[in-house]
Amino acid sequence: MSPHVDLTRVHVGDTLPEVAETIERLDLIRYAGASGDFNPIHWNERVATSVGLPNVIAHGMFTMALAGRAVTEWTGDPGALVEYQVRFGRPVVVPDDEEGAELTVQGRVAALLDEGRARVDLTVTSGGEKVLAQAKAVVRLG
Amino acid sequence: MALNQALVGKAYPAVRYEVGREKLREFAIAIGETDPIYHDEAAARTAGHPDLPAVPTFAVVLSLRAGQVVYGDPDLGLDYSRVVHGEQEFVYHRPIRAGDRLLAAGKVASAAAKGPHELLTLETEITTEAGEPVCTVRATLLSRGTAPPRRSGA
Repeated sequence: MSPHVDLTRVHVGDTLPEVAETIERLDLIRYAGASGDFNPIHWNERVATSVGLPNVIAHGMFTMALAGRAVTEWTGDPGALVEYQVRFGRPVVVPDDEEGAELTVQGRVAALLDEGRARVDLTVTSGGEKVLAQAKAVVRLG
Repeated sequence: MALNQALVGKAYPAVRYEVGREKLREFAIAIGETDPIYHDEAAARTAGHPDLPAVPTFAVVLSLRAGQVVYGDPDLGLDYSRVVHGEQEFVYHRPIRAGDRLLAAGKVASAAAKGPHELLTLETEITTEAGEPVCTVRATLLSRGTAPPRRSGA
C-alpha cells in the first residue's frame, strides 16, 4: 500500500492520487450481486435499449463507489469520511466487448472547513465527459 | 401516475440487517478496493478498527433494503421502471463494521414535480439496534414523465 496522506498537513489545492478503472460487464454483474441492485438496465442490453438507453449502463452507485475510493485511498481511514454526495449527470455506458468503459477519478482539496474538516471535490470522467456532477466529500483531518 | 404527495414525511418500519465479514469482503472486491483493512481482521485491528470496516458506500445496501419497503407501498404510486437515480448523499456518524446489528428505517423526505418529471427523496436512517446513529442516507430518484399534466394556455 502506498503511504496515506498526513491529515494534519492538508492544504487547499492538494491533489489526491488518481483512480483509473476499466468497467466491464462482469464488473456490473459482480456489483449487482454484492449490492443487491439487480435492475436489468445494468446487465441486460435488451431491457436497457427498450427504455431508450444506448446500451447497458453502470450502476450510478458503482461509479460513486469507485470515485469514493479516491478519497478513502488518500486518507486510509473510512472513519475520516464525514459526508459524501454526488449527482448522477450522465450514464456510464458499458459495451459488451473486451474494452469496456474507462473511468477516471481526480480529487482536489477545495476548502478547509471548521471543526478540523476539509472538503474534497471529485472530477469523475468517462470517455472525456463528466459523469458525476457536484461530487464532493467532507473528511475529518488529523 | 403521479406520486402521492400526502406520503411526504411518512416513516416506514425499519429493516433489520446483520453485517457479516464475508459480505463486507464481497462488496469491497466488487468495487476493486484492495486495502487490507477491508479484508483482513488483523490489518483492520492494527489500524484501530474493532473488526472489518465496510467501505463507505456499503451503506447503500441497507438503503436499498429500506427503499424496497417504501417503493413497494402501493399508496406511493411509484413506477420503478420509470426511475433514474438522480442524487445520492451519505452522512456518516461512524463506519459500519462486521458484527453490527443494524436497523435501517426509510421515510419519504420529499416528492415534487420538476417539469414533466417528479423527484422523490428517500431518507434512510441507519442505527444500531441499541439506537447508536451510524449513517444517514438520502437517495433522490427521478421518476420520468409522471408529473400530473398542467393545463395548457393557463
